[in-house]
Parts: sequence; structure tokens; C-alpha cells
Amino acid sequence: MNKIIELLPQIATAFGQTFYMMFFTLTIAALLGIPLGTYLYLIRPGSLMQKPRLYIVLDAMVNIVRSFPFLILLVAIIPFTRFIIGTSLGTTAVIVPLTICATPDFARLIEQVLLEVNRGVIEMAEAAGAGTYQIIWKVLYREARSGMVCSATLICVNFISYSTVAGLVGGGGIGDFAIRYGYYRYQPEVMVFTVILIILLVQAIQTTGRIIAQKLDKRI
Amino acid sequence: MMIRLVEIKKTYQTSSGPLQVLDSVSVHIKAGEIFGFIGFSGAGKSTLLRCINLLEKPDSGAVFVDGENLTALTKKELLGRRQKIGMVFQHYNLLQNATAFDNAAFPLAIARVPKAERRERVLQSLETVDLSDKAGDYPSKLSGGQKQRVAIARAIVTKPKILLCDEPTSALDPQTTRSILQYLKRINKELGITIVLVTHEMDAVRSICSRVAVMETGRLIETLDMSKELQPPQTGLARFLFASGAGI
Ligand SMILES: Nc1ncnc2c1ncn2[C@@H]1O[C@H](COP(=O)(O)OP(=O)(O)OP(=O)(O)O)[C@@H](O)[C@H]1O
Ligand SMILES: [Mg+2]
Repeated sequence: MNKIIELLPQIATAFGQTFYMMFFTLTIAALLGIPLGTYLYLIRPGSLMQKPRLYIVLDAMVNIVRSFPFLILLVAIIPFTRFIIGTSLGTTAVIVPLTICATPDFARLIEQVLLEVNRGVIEMAEAAGAGTYQIIWKVLYREARSGMVCSATLICVNFISYSTVAGLVGGGGIGDFAIRYGYYRYQPEVMVFTVILIILLVQAIQTTGRIIAQKLDKRI
Repeated sequence: MMIRLVEIKKTYQTSSGPLQVLDSVSVHIKAGEIFGFIGFSGAGKSTLLRCINLLEKPDSGAVFVDGENLTALTKKELLGRRQKIGMVFQHYNLLQNATAFDNAAFPLAIARVPKAERRERVLQSLETVDLSDKAGDYPSKLSGGQKQRVAIARAIVTKPKILLCDEPTSALDPQTTRSILQYLKRINKELGITIVLVTHEMDAVRSICSRVAVMETGRLIETLDMSKELQPPQTGLARFLFASGAGI
């Protein structure tokens, strides 16, 4: 118990690092993933702007990035990370591989959620003279909004798990802390304590996501 | 002449080969009438109706609305024309995450009508279908008949000249069906909106249509004037429809 109290400041720092990484990773992943997912939806065969060949290419690219084990992705893109951030080490640098990992996941989830939107409503919008942009903003995102929040929640929870690997390049964060103290230094009580904190964090994210999604959903 | 369809042809490529759904269909629909299309399932009624606002592009033929050839317009011009043609669907097609008010306001938002102007027009539209008290409700809280009335309010909110209805009562019970048909009739009379009604139900045709076209496998086989009493149907199918009364 004393050990934990001793380490509290470092745990707080680790949490701070986790939130720092999470904020930037999710913001960038959303800014890239939502348009990409929407575009995938739009160019699917039979959809509003169908481009079957381009779809096959983008679809395959998304699958390829998604199937990379995160650890390998992290190492493989070190030169790219160095190019963007100036270094491949540290909390900021690890945001690059985390974002690259989260974006295609996010895009795929968004595509799936948009596919759930009733075709009839889209047809109604077309009959009302809506252009593609209007359909995206006034129909697709409106009808799919609670599913989009669920997708973001899932990406957020996945992120916690991926970010544990961040320690490998000096990224820090709560997952890295759990591994360093609990595993490498063999302090089981510290590990148990941090794991409980992580569980609570995941619970909090999940609950917040669910509440927002329910608030937005008027279907029932 | 409000709507003139000229030699409309449409063939779908299906897994079992080409399927001709519309075979040189020509129709004239007059301003102010309620024109029905009736026929068995798969006859091509919906496809033909969707050709009027070009949701479906005919392979050949021309669509004239109010004297203008819609098939000759650019994509952008076409979107503008569609804003002036209301459409009502069998399954209502309401936005689930929008209130009755916002659903009815949807075409105005699409047409970029200023927000200040929208409110009054939406309330007036909801008033026409006696739903003023439901403006704040989401579709999940409404009955089928109320949903269809919201959809009708939405379809007339832009003050269109034409209302296209694809089986607007097929998902409703007989009593609600009658009420919806009466709203359509009133809209036609009081607002002077030309209505095109696709239906399975002979009753619907009898109660509100001025003329009806009978369709069979992509062809218009007969057009009957409902106001001329006892004009005898010429074709077998038309005779069957008129005799069976209740519908098909
Ligand atoms: N997008 C499509 N691709 C292939 N075939 C289609 C398509 N849309 C319609 N069809 C076919 O065209 C034919 C006519 O369809 P349509 O929906 O116009 O019939 P309908 O008279 O409205 O029938 P219902 O009363 O069942 O609504 C049907 O055989 C249908 O299977
Ligand atoms: Mg149909």
C-alpha cells in the first residue's frame, strides 16, 4: 500500500500522458476516419457515388493497415514518425502509429454504421432534391449519429489497449506504467492497482459513450 | 398538360439476364387531376412513378413536367426541379432522429429556405394534416397513419405542383387508409396539387382518382376515366380489377 502511495504522482503523470495521447489520437483519427468511412460508404457498388474499382483498392488498403499487428506497425513506421514529429521517441511520437492504427478501424466502423441507414430515407432525400453533401450531413450523420458515437467509444477502448505498447518507444501512459512497475519490476500490488484503474477508465469511457448514444437515439 | 411521359423504356440487368420493366409507356396527366396507376406487383408502377422525378433514369423516352423536358436538364437543375415535386412513400421514410416538425421542415432545409420562413410553412403544413399537436414528437411515438400524415406534410411543404404517391396506404388498415385518401383528396382540391397515385387497391382508385391507367408487365394496357360512369373496361385485367373491387 505504501508503495502505491509513493507512486501516486507517477501514476498521475502516466494518466496525464494517456489522456494526452488519447486526445490527439482520437481527434486525428476522427478527422481522417469519418471522412474516409463516409467515402467508402459512398463509393460502394450501388451506393450514391459508386466507384467499384476505387472501392476495391481503398477497401484493400484499409484491410491491410488493420491487419498489421500494432507492435510491428509501430516499428515499421519509425522513419515516417521521425519525419512528421522530428523524433521517433516519446509521448508525442507514439501518437503517429496510434493514429495510423485507429484511423482505418474508425473508417470501417463508420462505413458499417452508415450502411445501417434506411435506404428509403436516402431515397426520400433524393426525391426532395438533396445533393450528396446534403444527404451526408442532413440524413446519414443524423440517422447514424448514435452508432457513430458507439464506434468512437469502441475506438477509444481499443486505444487504451494499444497504448500499453507505447512504452516501447518511451511513450509512457498508464498501460506502460503497469508493465514497467508490475511486470518488469515485479510489484504485483502496483500492477493490480493500475489494472483496476484501467478497468475503471474503460468502464467510464463505455458508460459515457452509451449514455451519449442513447440520448442521441430517437428510434425507440 | 402537367406531366407527359413519352415512350419511356427501362430495362434492368439482372443476374438472370435483362428484364424489361417499362415498355414504351406514354401517359398524359392533366393539371389538377388525381391520376392512378394500378396493376399487379412487379408491373412496373413504382419504376414508372420514379421516372417522373428521374429517381430512375429511363433508357429512352422523355419526361415533361409543366412543359419542361426533365431528361434534358443538368444534374443541378434537376435537383432544383425535384424540390418542386413532392413524394410520399409506402413506408413513410421519415428521419427517425428528427421530430415531426423537423421531418416536415426537411425539404425546406434542402431548398435552403431561410430558417425564419420555415417555421410558419411547416406549421401550416402540419395543420393541413391535423397534426399541429404532434410537431415535437419523434416518429417512433406516432402511429402508422400519423407517420404518413407527417410524410404528406413534408411532401407539400415546398408548395409543389405535383405530388407523387407510391402506395401511400398499403401499410395501413382500411379506416386509416380512408382518412389518408381524404387528406390527399383535400390537398388536391384546396391546394390544387396534381396527384399521381400508384396503388394495388381498387378502392383507393374509386374513391379519389379522376383517371386510372392499368399496367401489366411494363405496358399501359388501358386508361379509364373514373368520372364517366360505367365506362366499360376494355381489357380483361381492367375488368378483373373493377369486378374484384377490394383490390389485388
Ligand atoms: N433496381 C432494380 N434492379 C433490378 N430489377 C428491378 C429493380 N427495381 C425493380 N426491378 C424489377 O422491376 C420490376 C418492376 O418493379 P416495380 O417496383 O416497378 O413494380 P411495381 O409495379 O411497383 O410492384 P409492387 O406493386 O410490388 O410495388 C420488378 O420485376 C422488379 O423486380
Ligand atoms: Mg411498387
